[in-house]
This record gives sequence, C-alpha cells and structure tokens, in this order.
Amino acid sequence: MEIKAIGCEPLQLKRMHVKDGHTLKVYEKTGGYKSLKKALEMTQDDIINEVKASALRGRGGAGFPTGMKWSFVPRQSPKPKYVVCNADESEPGTFKDRYLLERDPHALIEGMLIAAFALGSECCYIYFRGEYNYLIDIMDKAIEEARKANLVGKNILGSGFNCEVFTQTGAGAYICGEETALLSSLEGYRGHPRMKPPFPAIEGLYACPTVVNNVETLTAVPQIIEMGGENWRNLGTEKSGGTKLWSVSGHVKKPGVYELPMGYSNLEKFILEDCGGMLHDDKKLKACIPGGSSVYIMNAEQIIGKNVLMDYEGLVAAGSSVGSGGFIVMDETVDVMESTKNLIEFYKHESCGWCTPCREGTDWLNKILKRISEGNGRPEDAQLMLDICDNIEGKSFCPLGDAAAWPVQSAIKRFPEDFKNWLFRNTNGN
Amino acid sequence: MASAVATDFTNKVLFSDEVAEFSPEVVKEMESHLTKYPPERKRSALIPLLFVIQRERGYVDNPGVNFLAKFLGLEVTDVWETATFYSMFNLRKIGKHHIQICKTLSCKIMGEPGITDHICHKLGIHPGETTEDGKFTVSLVECLGSCGTAPMMQIGFDYYENLTPEKCDEILDKLD
Ligand SMILES: Cc1cc2nc3c(=O)[nH]c(=O)nc-3n(C[C@H](O)[C@H](O)[C@H](O)COP(=O)(O)O)c2cc1C
Ligand code: SF4
Ligand code: FES
Repeated sequence: MEIKAIGCEPLQLKRMHVKDGHTLKVYEKTGGYKSLKKALEMTQDDIINEVKASALRGRGGAGFPTGMKWSFVPRQSPKPKYVVCNADESEPGTFKDRYLLERDPHALIEGMLIAAFALGSECCYIYFRGEYNYLIDIMDKAIEEARKANLVGKNILGSGFNCEVFTQTGAGAYICGEETALLSSLEGYRGHPRMKPPFPAIEGLYACPTVVNNVETLTAVPQIIEMGGENWRNLGTEKSGGTKLWSVSGHVKKPGVYELPMGYSNLEKFILEDCGGMLHDDKKLKACIPGGSSVYIMNAEQIIGKNVLMDYEGLVAAGSSVGSGGFIVMDETVDVMESTKNLIEFYKHESCGWCTPCREGTDWLNKILKRISEGNGRPEDAQLMLDICDNIEGKSFCPLGDAAAWPVQSAIKRFPEDFKNWLFRNTNGN
Repeated sequence: MASAVATDFTNKVLFSDEVAEFSPEVVKEMESHLTKYPPERKRSALIPLLFVIQRERGYVDNPGVNFLAKFLGLEVTDVWETATFYSMFNLRKIGKHHIQICKTLSCKIMGEPGITDHICHKLGIHPGETTEDGKFTVSLVECLGSCGTAPMMQIGFDYYENLTPEKCDEILDKLD
C-alpha cells in the first residue's frame, strides 16, 4: 500500500515514513509542539481567525467550515466545554485516520490542545471505533508521554492552561460516527442521534458546549498555526483550503492513502496514473465512488476526458462529492446492481432503528435487491426503489438515511444497463 | 446494530440475580476507567467496562451485567440497553478465536468471497457458526477501515490484511 503526497509537500503525511514518528522525541525533533507553544502566546480570537482564514473544512464527511464551527461555541459559559475528536472512521472505503492515529498520534494531541485552548476547554475526548483497539493503546502511550513532558495536564508549559486528553472506545456501530450519536455513545447510551438544534456547540457532551471534529481536521490545525491560515489555504483553492487525504481502494495497482492539494487536476489522471492505473491492464474503468460509500457513484463517462478537479466544488460539479475521501475504484468486472446491494446491506445493518423512513426503507431496499439478485427481478423494481429512496431522503432523522438513498439513486440513474440486465432477465419465470 | 443478538439475550438470562466476582486487579482496572469522566457521569464508562466483562467472562453475560449495574449505580436494564446496541458485544458464548471477515464493497471486489469460502471450508463451518471444539467462530462483518489492503479480516483485535488463501492457512495454523 502506498502512503504519499502528490502535487504538494507531505503535511498530513509528514511523519508517515519517519522512524519512530509516533514518539514524542521524534515528533518534537520534526517540529512537533512548536505550534502549541505559538498558540499559547496568541489570543483565542487570533487562533480562531487563523483557522477561518485557512478555509479548512471538516474532513469527517460533511465539509463544514471548521473556523465557523468553533466560533459558534459561546465565549463565556458557566458550564465546562469539551473538544471531542471523531476517530470512529467507519465509512466504507475510508482508512486515512487510521494511519494518522497509528503513526502521528502527537499531531492529533497537539491539534486538540490548540482547539481546546482556543475554545476555553479543559477536557478532550478521542472517540475511537471499537475495532481500532490497537490504536487506543498507541494513543494512550502518546498521551502519557505528553503528560510527562507537561504538554497535557495542569499548567501546560507554564502557561496557566490546564487540559486533559482521554481516549474512549466505541463498540461496533457506524452510526456513532454521526456526531450527536457519538456523544450519546460517549455518555454510555445506545448510539442514537439527537435532535439538532441545539447543536453540540451549544449543548453537546453532558449538555455542555462541545466541538466535534474529525481526526484529519484536528491534525491540520498545528500546520495552520505554524504557517498561517492564509498560506495554508493557498495550498488549495479559495473555497477548499489546504491539502486533503484520500483513501484509495479497489481496482487500482497502487491503493493507499494519498495527500493531494485541494483542487488537484484531475480525477482521471489520479486514477489512471497516480494510483498506478487499473489493476488489470485489460480491464477498463467502470465506476468510482470518490468520497466514501455515502456519496453518488460516478460512471467512467463522468471522469474520462472531463478534467474533474478534486475539491469540494469540483466533485459536486462532476456529480458527486468529497465526503470522507474514501475513494473506491471499480473496473468492468463489477456489476453495479451487486455493488449497490452490497452497500445497502451495510446501511440496513447500520441503521440505528430510531426513525421509520430509514429503518424500514433500508430494510425494503435490502429485500428488493436480494430478490433481484436471486433472479426474481421485475421491470418495475427500478422505479419502486427510487420511490422508496424518495421516502427516505430528506425525511429521516439523521443523515444516515440520505446516505443510504444516494448510492441507490445514483446507481440506477447512471448504470441503467446493469439494472436492466437483472430486471428484464427474470431467470425464474415469475 | 446487532439485531441478531437482541433476540438471543431474552433467553431467560434476565432472570438471574447472580453477580459476577472479579479479582482486585480487575476491579482496580475498572475503577481506573472512572477517572476519565466527571464523577456524576459514571455511565460514560459503560462501554469500556462492558469490554472488560467480555474479556474476563468470555462474553457479556448476565452476572457480569448485574455486576456493572451495581458498580455504576445503574439499573440492570440500563446496562442491557447499551450492551444490546453494539455489534462488538457478544451476548452468548463464542469461539476462542473470533474470525471477522470484512464483506463490504472494497473487500468484496478484491476477493473476500474466496477468502470466506476458504476459511469456512477449512474449518467446516458457515459464517455465523462456531467449530465443535469451540476454537473458532467465523463472522462476516462490515468495513473495518482496511480497504486499501483488502481483502482483510480481524481475529480478536488483530488485523490481518492483503489476504490470500495461503496466508489464511498460515495465520490459522499458528493459533492455538
Ligand atoms: C452516519 C454518519 C457517519 C459518520 N461517520 C463519521 C466518521 O466516522 N468520522 C467522522 O469524522 N465523521 C463522521 N461523520 C460526520 C460527523 O457527523 C461530523 O460531521 C464530523 O465528525 C464533524 O467533524 P469535521 O467537521 O471535522 O468533519 C458521520 C456522519 C454521519 C451522518
Ligand atoms: S436516519 Fe437511520 S440512523 Fe439516522 S436516526 Fe433514523 S434510523 Fe437512525
Ligand atoms: S471494505 Fe473491507 S475493510 Fe473497508
């Protein structure tokens, strides 16, 4: 597997190949904790303004501007405030956070400390998906190292700033990546999402003001403080600042984690050259899901010869979105009815069951796709599934419902032949 | 969500009042989790502690749950409520080695079906079953964040990536 930057100096991936990069010693030797020291001399507003100037957008999937999110947290609050890192990483096709957590844990600790200082918080939690148990051990060791060096705990580096960082485990539930479900889980409850508003910035963990950010969002913060928001933004584009990690899997020669400047040109080159091209030379590109399973699937015609730019605006214009950057490449051996069925099994399994459109809708989609795959497809099934998607999309309690509808809608529209084969070629004669 | 398990736990287990006992070291370990949260928010320790119960007792069992309820000052039903939501908690005995093969898209198109067939054939069981000697349970699970090194599986908490049938043989033959 490749881990490398293309079209920019490695920033997020700076320590991926540095021996013992996960240790405090090597982290500091390679420039670590300088940004924290710098931030502790800045005002809270200055830090938030740098993050705003960077045009950093949340890397967890929703792409919400991070500086703006931070500015929603009340300055004065009688209640404690919390910074929570979302290390639940469960979106199919996404595995970038795993490498950041494994090889550069101090970058996350530093990012969280800067966020906590800027927001006036004294307590941070990192919520890991339960399967990432080995990463919790790595992080706990890193936190212990940082504590011994007075980087975590009381009166950090003599600044008067106190801050604790704790790890927390999930236990196998994709929905706990949704920020309000994550907070329910962190409080020891079932991972059901909560009504918004109130947003976590006002009432989050323990009903206190809380910021939830993705791992990659928080590890960008020390870079932004170090080089200045404006400079960081200029690595990417006006609206999509900085660099971004892409987790690449599927039918390419070199799957891996790639760091690209935002606005990288272009998607076709990325797949066919940077990622080593198609896995089998005689098999053509058929489909690509660029942002994790929850975004629209793209067909080859939307990619080849289209100069699709890899940033928030570019991918939306091309008919999909950045999502979590989980990039799944499929060649012509893949049947898109079957790949859609696979993803719907996932959403059906992971629907938390709280609201009817998602719980029942994913179950029905799953049943229909199963029937189709058994050779009992009917011509009207395509429309039936689109109708069910209409009843899920925009009508569910949290975005997981939409995330289940989109792959189906886009697959039926963009790969009609794959569905026709199954719907009009009923092999069982009923 | 662990729908298959939710039906299992109703099997009479709720009626036992037996409370599990743990060594002082384990109790100390459990207490150390409580230091992470505000004192009035002990319930936050529930998920980490359910993992301790699972490790110590093989699965999340009724006496273990009764212990946790007492330990955290919760109702027994509060503990079950949380335990039954999460797919990593086993509410019945499973094999010593839990082989979890990822079946989601990237793994699927990179050869998961062949890996699953190979392992199941080797062990003589279907996904969801446990070998007669109680050594292995095979489950098909959703994406484990290892799609770039597909196909892959997790045994217990350990990741095994870029699998081939030969590699699976080597891995399984080493487990005792
Ligand atoms: C079903 C669902 C699953 C999600 N999973 C994750 C996840 O695994 N990791 C993550 O960082 N964000 C995930 N998110 C997005 C979070 O709700 C939230 O937007 C994000 O953590 C905010 O951080 P950011 O602004 O830094 O991206 C998920 C959202 C939904 C609706
Ligand atoms: S949309 Fe799905 S996951 Fe979200 S609350 Fe409703 S049932 Fe739960
Ligand atoms: S699809 Fe198997 S690890 Fe992600």
